[in-house]
Amino acid sequence: MSAPAGDDLVLRVEQVVDVAPSIREFVLRPTEGEGLPSHVPGSHLVVACGDRRNAYSLTGEGHAPEAYRISVLHRPDGQGGSAWLHRVRPGHILRCGRPRDAFAPVATARHHLLIAGGIGITPFLSHLRAARRWGRRVSVLYAVAAGAPVPHHAELAALAGDGLRILRGRAAMQAAMDHALQTQVLGTHLYVCGPDGLMDSALALAQAHGWPEERCHAERFGGVDAAEGAPFTVRLHRTGRDIAVAADVSMLDALAAAGVEWPAMCRRGVCGECRMDAAGTILHRDLVLSPAERAAQSCLMPCVSRAEGVLSLDL
Amino acid sequence: MVQTMSDPVRRATRIRRFPWPFTGDRYAYSANVEPAPGLRRTIVGEWGRTILDPDETYVAELAERRDILARDPSRHVELPHMRAASWDVLLWGLRELVGTDPAMTLDRQGDGYVWTNRRLGTCQAFRYGDDASLPMGPLMFLGSQIQEDIVLLDQREDRLWADAGCVTFASNWSMAFTAGMSFMEIHGPVPHDFADGAIPRAERFLMRLGAGQAYRRLNWTTTAGYRLDTALDSYADWGASRVRLADCDDFADVFHMRVEVQHLVRLPESGAILFLIRTYLLPLADILTVPEWRAQFASVLTHLPDDIIQYKGLAVLRPRLLAHLG
Ligand code: HEM
Repeated sequence: MSAPAGDDLVLRVEQVVDVAPSIREFVLRPTEGEGLPSHVPGSHLVVACGDRRNAYSLTGEGHAPEAYRISVLHRPDGQGGSAWLHRVRPGHILRCGRPRDAFAPVATARHHLLIAGGIGITPFLSHLRAARRWGRRVSVLYAVAAGAPVPHHAELAALAGDGLRILRGRAAMQAAMDHALQTQVLGTHLYVCGPDGLMDSALALAQAHGWPEERCHAERFGGVDAAEGAPFTVRLHRTGRDIAVAADVSMLDALAAAGVEWPAMCRRGVCGECRMDAAGTILHRDLVLSPAERAAQSCLMPCVSRAEGVLSLDL
Repeated sequence: MVQTMSDPVRRATRIRRFPWPFTGDRYAYSANVEPAPGLRRTIVGEWGRTILDPDETYVAELAERRDILARDPSRHVELPHMRAASWDVLLWGLRELVGTDPAMTLDRQGDGYVWTNRRLGTCQAFRYGDDASLPMGPLMFLGSQIQEDIVLLDQREDRLWADAGCVTFASNWSMAFTAGMSFMEIHGPVPHDFADGAIPRAERFLMRLGAGQAYRRLNWTTTAGYRLDTALDSYADWGASRVRLADCDDFADVFHMRVEVQHLVRLPESGAILFLIRTYLLPLADILTVPEWRAQFASVLTHLPDDIIQYKGLAVLRPRLLAHLG
């Protein structure tokens, strides 16, 4: 049966493996039952790391996996999420979202060119596994600092075979990208993930060599904060009552929790059923209202839209 | 094949489980989607507890699908890049069946699976992703196990494309013709003044669906006779019966309300959008036994804009229908 949307996963850290200096792989299994949801290649898992929520690429098998794998680079200059995870030991329980997909291979591509730098290789591990299963043609250019060990080297070599090239240093990578972006078969799609500098040069080169934008796909990582938005207050004008809407709940749910029932259907800002008159600084996120209705700031879809400060309702 | 529904017990069950499409006395096009599954009560019964609904017509409808596919293989279309999506939907569908019907089981060992369906007497071992391990393609195989018509949409270039499908019970459209079309192209014939907002909005909504999420909507139209296959491909077989509706003697038995329960699911592994269409038919004679339905249908028909009346093929029939309902 389909799992209810948005349900969190509770996962136990089964194994912690150092795959390279400062990079730790975590093998996660469900605390209850067996099997985890399948995921699309390039998907990430949002993990609650103390008071932060970070996104990490799933590197394991995407078909009905028994465990999830993530590889985490310790970033001493980051906001603490990776340092927190690096202190986690086997047996620890992690709360995670369901896999999210934002960097999938394009099914119609004739060839897939994957360009990665450093920890940016992680989303491509699942790309490569799927490519092997479905017989997709792939090649990989992977930039690794001179002298540093190659994270996941054995796995990459096994999955990509001759299609894998490890490049040491900036100049070698630049030359390899330049060559690759000029010699691809028509219908190739480009995927890049890595440090900003590398991604910018790859995309600039692609543009210079005439690659159409819809053939270029980039995943920028960093502290993705998956919270819904900033907290705000709903004021019921007729009764003078205030209802707080926390960062991670929708206004519709906050109203329901406070006993204010309101009709709703899709809960995704598309059907228009929950439309509500309101006054305040509205942050529209629906697909229903026209630009003029948005600008008027006098109604919203509380299933997805939010407000700044205090929003007043005629209730 | 035209079936009749004369057995009174089956008739009562059919009315009780019918997904009546109107909640009020007006009907308008909208992006009418809601999370699925979820039990919905009607004035006389209920529907929607599960996504798939292998009911008492299960064996007969699957036999009918098999015959149609044997006669007209073009009802099944699959562009080559949809192979992963076809395997994905097979696993999704079989798992969903297991959760719905205790007569079915799926055992797994790594990539190896054994599917057992005691209602059809099927026992099939296969290897995930290995086309040679099934007697037919994975999408077709799922089509032999669920009554729902199946369409798979690929998402790319910020659009959805109907690139695969196994559809034998289409209501006045053709899977072979639709294959490879974008969501907007598919909906080209839908009356625009009413659907212009809803259709693009629905596509954007679908493109944002998260992995594994399922939604549903109802669509309704009408059919002459208890006939599931009213595809454009077989128009020669049923077109004339539609014309005869206007002056046939047994109108209340021949005229059927046709409701499609449509599910929209983001498949977990390929990321394709799955569009499932399950068709339910109810003769006017049965509608007349439920006073609330009778009144709602009359009111909806009275107020329906002319474009939609035309599109649904009701222009000629409306007066006759209203006379029965009134
Ligand atoms: C939330 C999603 C969707 C909405 C809101 C929607 C809406 C509609 C509406 C209002 C109609 C007119 C039906 C009538 O009045 O009888 C229609 C027709 C149709 N829809 Fe959709 N639809 C959706 C998804 C899909 C998908 C995913 C497909 C994929 C194949 C599809 C295929 C069709 C076809 C083939 C027709 C008939 C068009 C014709 O007359 O040739 N729809 N749809």
